[in-house]
Amino acid sequence: MSASIDRRDFLKLAGLGGAVFASGLARGAERYAAAAQNEFFFVQLSDSHWGFEGSVINPDARGTLPKAVAAVNALAAPPDFIVFTGDLTHTTDDPAERRRRLGEFRDIVRGLKVRDVHFMPGEHDASLDHGAAFGEFFGATHYAFDHKGVHFIVLDNVSDPAARIGEEQLAWLEADLARQARDARIVVFTHRPLFPLYPQWDWATRDGDRALALLMPYRDVTVFYGHIHQENHTRTAHIEHHSAHSLIFPLPAPGSQPRREPVRWDPAHPYRGLGWREVEAEAQPPAYAISEFPVKA
Amino acid sequence: MIDRRRFIAGAAATALAAGAARVLSAAPEPVIRVTARRFVFLPNVLTLKRGVPVTLEFTSADVVMGFSAPDFNVRTDIIPGQVSRLRFAPDKVGDFTFLCDVFCGDGHEGMNGTLHVVA
Repeated sequence: MSASIDRRDFLKLAGLGGAVFASGLARGAERYAAAAQNEFFFVQLSDSHWGFEGSVINPDARGTLPKAVAAVNALAAPPDFIVFTGDLTHTTDDPAERRRRLGEFRDIVRGLKVRDVHFMPGEHDASLDHGAAFGEFFGATHYAFDHKGVHFIVLDNVSDPAARIGEEQLAWLEADLARQARDARIVVFTHRPLFPLYPQWDWATRDGDRALALLMPYRDVTVFYGHIHQENHTRTAHIEHHSAHSLIFPLPAPGSQPRREPVRWDPAHPYRGLGWREVEAEAQPPAYAISEFPVKA
Repeated sequence: MIDRRRFIAGAAATALAAGAARVLSAAPEPVIRVTARRFVFLPNVLTLKRGVPVTLEFTSADVVMGFSAPDFNVRTDIIPGQVSRLRFAPDKVGDFTFLCDVFCGDGHEGMNGTLHVVA
């Protein structure tokens, strides 16, 4: 049994994580052992909406993100890296206020012990100025990097307020993918779902089908995203899509009620529905073990 | 010969009148004007008839918006200073959500309405 399995079982037994979602295919023990040296885990945080105000929704709006940062810092073993999948800040019409919020967010997450942190915008950060302020603080809104045999691609589907990835970025994606083998391990980080999860609530990417078409020839593709403020696991063809909890307020399940309104804070269950996750990249072929962690008072 | 000409002219006049009657009896295609402004559509409940083509005419009172009715796979941008027209015939009865699908600020998530389609 590998160290990663031991660790996941430990999390379950100790009650530290929420549901553990195993994503991927079963494989032979010999292949597992051969590739085990490349196993690692990262942490996904999402939708902190720094600057949001609304006491009936989250009376600890300025405390929830710092609590998550502290919880990640308290992990027994540090993740290899951390990714924030957008909506770092809550939107504002005021460009100076937008920068103030981005600056405060940056200062808080500078408290993370892990220094390798990847950011991308959500529509609240970027749609009103096409990503300009976000870029000043965090750089490019789409990029790729490699880590221990996995090719990570960050896609920006929010700097265009119409929720399009756009021709230029799609061409970049196509060129990036062309350098990958068809059996490469590929993980996509993005804010909105690339598939039409529930367009009636704007839970979609206008040209997400084109990105998925480019990804389709690759056998091992997994997408992690935010935007919908809840856990959701969906497969389109062989591509798996996993959305993350928020760090400000939960949203109702897709189409479960007439309007897309935040779930109100429950004093009897503070922070319910808020959280972050660990994703453990296991040995080839694809397998990602997802452990959900609630925010705790 | 004269009789024949009179017959042809009379027949043509009858045909023309019949055509005119058809035009006059057809109800004019409905047009509904909708104003979009942050963060509402006015009106936000649109009553349509199944199978009857309708033209929605949109104007924006402030910024670029979008109108999307995913259940009917129709959408249009709404540009300030322009009239955006969307013509379609709803093919099913019921209440269906429409929304702004161009992010327009804090309140965008609540900018939606209902297409009320009757038989």
